Amino acid sequence: MNVGLFIPCYVDQFYPKVGIATLRLLESLGVNVIFPMEQTCCGQPMANSGFQSLSVGCDRNFIRNFANCDVVVGPSGSCVLHLKDHLHSDENPAEATRLRNNVYELCEFLTDVLKVSELPKARFPHRVGLHTSCHGQRGLHLSSMSELMAPKFSKPETLLRMVDGLDLIQLSQPDECCGFGGTFCVFEEAVSSKMGKDRVADHLRHGAEVITGGDMSCLMQLEGVLRRQKAPVRVMHIAEILTAEN
Amino acid sequence: MKTASPKHATAAETFVRDEENTDWHNETLWFVRSKRDRAAQTIPEWEALREQASQIKNHALSNLDNYLIQLEENARRNGITVHWAANGDEHNQIVYDILRKHNATKIVKSKSMLTEECHLNPFLIKQGIEVIDTDLGERIIQLREEPPSHIVMPAIHLKKKHIGDLFHKHLGTDAGADDPQYLTEAARIHLRQKFLMADVAITGVNFAVAETGGFVVCTNEGNADLGVHLSKVHIACMGIEKVIPKAEHLGVFLRLLARSATGQAITTFSSHFQKPAPGQEMHLVLVDNGRTRQLASPDFRNSLKCIRCAACMNTCPVYRRSGGHSYHSAVAGPIGSILAPNIDMNEYADLPFASTLCGSCSNVCPVKIDIHQQLYKWRQVLGAAGAVEPAKKVGMAGMDALFSRPWLYRFAGRAGRWLMQTFPSLANKPGLNPWAIHRDMPQPPEQSFRDWYAQQNKKTNG
Repeated sequence: MNVGLFIPCYVDQFYPKVGIATLRLLESLGVNVIFPMEQTCCGQPMANSGFQSLSVGCDRNFIRNFANCDVVVGPSGSCVLHLKDHLHSDENPAEATRLRNNVYELCEFLTDVLKVSELPKARFPHRVGLHTSCHGQRGLHLSSMSELMAPKFSKPETLLRMVDGLDLIQLSQPDECCGFGGTFCVFEEAVSSKMGKDRVADHLRHGAEVITGGDMSCLMQLEGVLRRQKAPVRVMHIAEILTAEN
Repeated sequence: MKTASPKHATAAETFVRDEENTDWHNETLWFVRSKRDRAAQTIPEWEALREQASQIKNHALSNLDNYLIQLEENARRNGITVHWAANGDEHNQIVYDILRKHNATKIVKSKSMLTEECHLNPFLIKQGIEVIDTDLGERIIQLREEPPSHIVMPAIHLKKKHIGDLFHKHLGTDAGADDPQYLTEAARIHLRQKFLMADVAITGVNFAVAETGGFVVCTNEGNADLGVHLSKVHIACMGIEKVIPKAEHLGVFLRLLARSATGQAITTFSSHFQKPAPGQEMHLVLVDNGRTRQLASPDFRNSLKCIRCAACMNTCPVYRRSGGHSYHSAVAGPIGSILAPNIDMNEYADLPFASTLCGSCSNVCPVKIDIHQQLYKWRQVLGAAGAVEPAKKVGMAGMDALFSRPWLYRFAGRAGRWLMQTFPSLANKPGLNPWAIHRDMPQPPEQSFRDWYAQQNKKTNG
């Protein structure tokens, strides 16, 4: 199985270490990973702003890059959800459909496809708060949702529980949105920032040393607030924690 | 003429500036959401009930013409006079004509978001009619001369101190008194007089039953009943989407409505109106006002399933932190943001963007409206219609150019990171970058992931 590694544009540019951790994690689990060098963006920023019509170029580029991959895996629930819902091609609809059906967010790929049940090397002796990204949760169903009267589960949490020494904290509002929301973060700056502050406060109140999650965009939002507040708490993508060995 | 309201982002910015009040508003609404969760947990078949409600509504909407005709026939047989209004103006005129026929000058009205949508109050007041909203929250905002900020709890944005000041001014309560019981007692005495003097009672309609020709109005204060029973004329106003096929379906909707709305098992009063009392006249006004247009749109038709419980508002992290007035439409919050653009696309073009698309609204919706997906679809409609700010469109065209060309993306990434490293104060300047008003920018790394990857490959292969 050829796994195409999809590294979202902002992770590529701002958080290369998340890409590196994702690659190392997959390779350590024996996966044959390809990173197509000409990939760029999933097209979500344009589509969520009302210009899905302007994401045609992104779609075309994505399909061209990942045509040789059996499955695509990316460390971002939001970008993966966008691809799953909206990747489209007039020229090659069959390939677009194939990719839509074979793109995975990292955690679900680990739990559902690789069926990872232990991470013997992983060790991270810290108090960790898990930020649940809305698109990963409510879009990709990576975990149960507080609104629904249904059995509880969480794929990211299942993985974090395999990490030696990790102390997962409980939050008051475990699935409240961080307020990033793509272009919402600038066009609705005031509410977006307030949501970020409130989310950070929940983690701080419960003693988090590190805030983690499956979506770097949410974590970038929380990091922006944490650094402005000079709080002694950092954000780490879940791939970084699952590959931590200290 | 109504002056243009500030757009959501602007109004929200003003709201959030008072952070203590924002926290209070957020926590108050979250408390209601939590009550809803607890109430839903007591029903083992909750999710099945939602599905059933959704399917009944889908069925009713797919056969709306037949059910409306059936409703009309059965209502007429019961002695109810049925009127049809294509839009808000026609609705207002129909109501006014009934009032004129009876030389009515004083009316009491229980909660009706439809009459809010049609701007009935200002229309009637202009004709010299006294209109008294009898729902306590509605009366409060009526005295303050402002619109409701929430469809179930219209004065939820106010604290008891505000009410104390307001009642002191209008109802003569003691200055500085803010004891809820004292204030409620004063409102009760005030409203009793209005009930007794009223010529006509207007109510909304929660559910109209095609099979029986009757309708149900849900209140917690009994104000709909009191108004109707004391008046010679009852005018009930409903959007055409409020019809359900059978009386037995009420068992599904009444179980869901109050639990979703306030966490109550059922509203204190579920008043069933079937026919006029002897000597009384009963009118039912069926209003379209854009609903058939919405019905004709496959993407948006199921927004008409809405039973106006406001669960989507209570759960919405944006609504909770921006207040109902920031939505500048009769119905605020997520559901308002998908209903309003159908009424006036340009006036409400900002509302589908007042969301992070977190999806919580769709999950709490008792009739399973895919609210956040409709917000996304409205964005596409607005983008294609040119109803989005030009700056946004230019920005998105720029991103398209960038991301469609991998070489340009690589170059721009390098240039961008170099700029941020060289001039960090520029990237963190709030005037240039709204992100930086309350948040720091990420620290740009030396190299991108793909540069690192290429380097690794060179090392291994070279």
